Amino acid sequence: MLFSPFRGGVHPDGFKELTSQKPILQAPIPEQLFIPLRQHAGNDALPIVSAGEKVLKGQLLARGGSGLSAPVHAPTSGHIREIKPVTAAHPSGMECNAIILIADGDDSPIERAPFMEDPFGMPPEVLSKKIADAGIVGMGGASFPAAVKIVAASKHRIETILINGGECEPYLTADDLLMRERAEKIVLGARLIRYTASARKISIAIEDNKKEAISAMQEACKSFDYISVVVVPSRYPMGSAKQMIQAVTGQEVPAGGRSSDVGVLMHNVATAYAIAECLTEHRPLISRIVTISGGAVACPQNVEALIGTPVGELIQCCGGTTEEPSRLLLGGPMMGQIISTDHVPLIKGVAGVLALKSKEIPSPSASPCIRCGRCVSACPMGLVPLEMANHSRQQDFEGAIDYGLSDCILCGSCAYVCPSHIPLVHYFQYAKDKISEQKSSQRHMDYVRGLSESKRIRLEKEASEKAAAKAAKASKRREKKTPLKVVED
Amino acid sequence: MISAILILTTMGLILGAALGYAAKLFHVEGDPLVDEVTQLMPGTQCGQCGFAGCTPAAEAIVSGSASVTCCPPGGKQLAETLSEKLNVSIDLDAMSDEVLYAHIDAGQCTGCTRCFKVCPTDAIVGANKQIHVVMSDACTGCKACEKACPENCIAMQPALETLDTWHWPKPMSA
Repeated sequence: MLFSPFRGGVHPDGFKELTSQKPILQAPIPEQLFIPLRQHAGNDALPIVSAGEKVLKGQLLARGGSGLSAPVHAPTSGHIREIKPVTAAHPSGMECNAIILIADGDDSPIERAPFMEDPFGMPPEVLSKKIADAGIVGMGGASFPAAVKIVAASKHRIETILINGGECEPYLTADDLLMRERAEKIVLGARLIRYTASARKISIAIEDNKKEAISAMQEACKSFDYISVVVVPSRYPMGSAKQMIQAVTGQEVPAGGRSSDVGVLMHNVATAYAIAECLTEHRPLISRIVTISGGAVACPQNVEALIGTPVGELIQCCGGTTEEPSRLLLGGPMMGQIISTDHVPLIKGVAGVLALKSKEIPSPSASPCIRCGRCVSACPMGLVPLEMANHSRQQDFEGAIDYGLSDCILCGSCAYVCPSHIPLVHYFQYAKDKISEQKSSQRHMDYVRGLSESKRIRLEKEASEKAAAKAAKASKRREKKTPLKVVED
Repeated sequence: MISAILILTTMGLILGAALGYAAKLFHVEGDPLVDEVTQLMPGTQCGQCGFAGCTPAAEAIVSGSASVTCCPPGGKQLAETLSEKLNVSIDLDAMSDEVLYAHIDAGQCTGCTRCFKVCPTDAIVGANKQIHVVMSDACTGCKACEKACPENCIAMQPALETLDTWHWPKPMSA
């Protein structure tokens, strides 16, 4: 493609060759699994099992909580040791509740309904309910419950189902390998999403640095005329929804809008694969393919691992580390989360675990902004990162919003090109959090004002009712007295 | 006698009309700014600011005799909104970020029901001789329950930080 598919963007070194030429390795079942109750955007799942209980592979462990949530299932058979907090896959390093499962090694599955012959014969509502019950969330990183996304999108007119095989983050090759080895099932999943959301066509977008994946996917979808494989140039952040939609359809998602506003529903290839497994084999989301890579890993490779496996054990099954890693990351180096310990369990939305050497980490010392404007040309959203950071530093969040903070996708392109190594994304995360804190304290204020108002009304009503009852009693007494007098007369 | 009645009636009519006219002429508008500020206040009438309720506090804030930071349940957020609205400068960094919420020590609670009767936002649930519990998302930290508790088992504590309330700290340098 000669013309630029979207503005800005960067070309970080890929390091994909570390893992891209090795097949997917099946990780062994670990002795203990730590299954966090929150592996999705939204509220914690609610456990329905108790300590000591025996569970089978695929059994429901916790149902979706109130509001936005997703259920979690047992990745293998065994018994529940306890439910206690473990280190969360979260930048704070805080803990979240997790179900601890001791595997018995039998891996005996719960009885499933027979293989579904024709899911296309079922009503779409039944399919989206099944997707929700299988605990499927967006596996590209956002972890948004997939069924919620499909149901919300099907209320709009959806023209295109966009299957995201961009995988623009350096190091990560999990989607690449999945497309190469299991193309058929991804296509089946995409067709099921198309059917459920009643969309017209499917576009599978793949970056041009994944030649083998492109030919595998083309082969898998050649008998369907409504599916096309779109080759997009390799440029970070191609895998981001707004950029990919622009690259594939030429349409720009409006500021503050969603993909469905331009008639697109986007899902990651791994999510499409999970949906196919769920709707044909009744398999809940209990494992995923994850890239274990980085300079400190002895034998970097993609592994298919059970959800809840500590990432340290995943690194062990890739030969362990050759040196003490300087940094552990969940996800890619551009947007991934730094974790402080390798006891963090693998969760549904994590596509990569990176153990990086000190050489692979940029220098942390920041110097003042020289206003070179490189961040402005790198920003794929067309924002002004240097001004956004300046205003955020001075706690002028309104000013930061004026320069486009709300449209920032936190992709890190600006920080990547910054010659002064200013932690731009950190500023934006700080500012976004501060703004949401202000909003939530405003909501709290409105809520308590309503509460105190309703208490006042209630007390007044009670008082007037009391007075009325007293008056009624008094008049009754008078009535009683009057007839007596009549009798006396 | 008739003349007396006539004189008094006329006087009454004239004075009544004069009073009515004076009331119109010298009518004092309620300061709309006070109403606006009252709308922003928590409305719990907790009295922690030292005034009898939210409206007197709003009047004092507008007239400048009270600081915009005087409302503990409103906290930093309210102070910021008010300082913008009234165009006064305040040192926000001096205000603590910490919001305190009431917490009942279940071991000492006798279920006397006194605390939830005084709670302006109905944030405490309980029944006679049952342990009471504070629903922290409805609590404003007004301390009314702390004063009402005969067992001294209510303490004001900062909210526990959770994954939902954790926020990115400000970057250190540059």
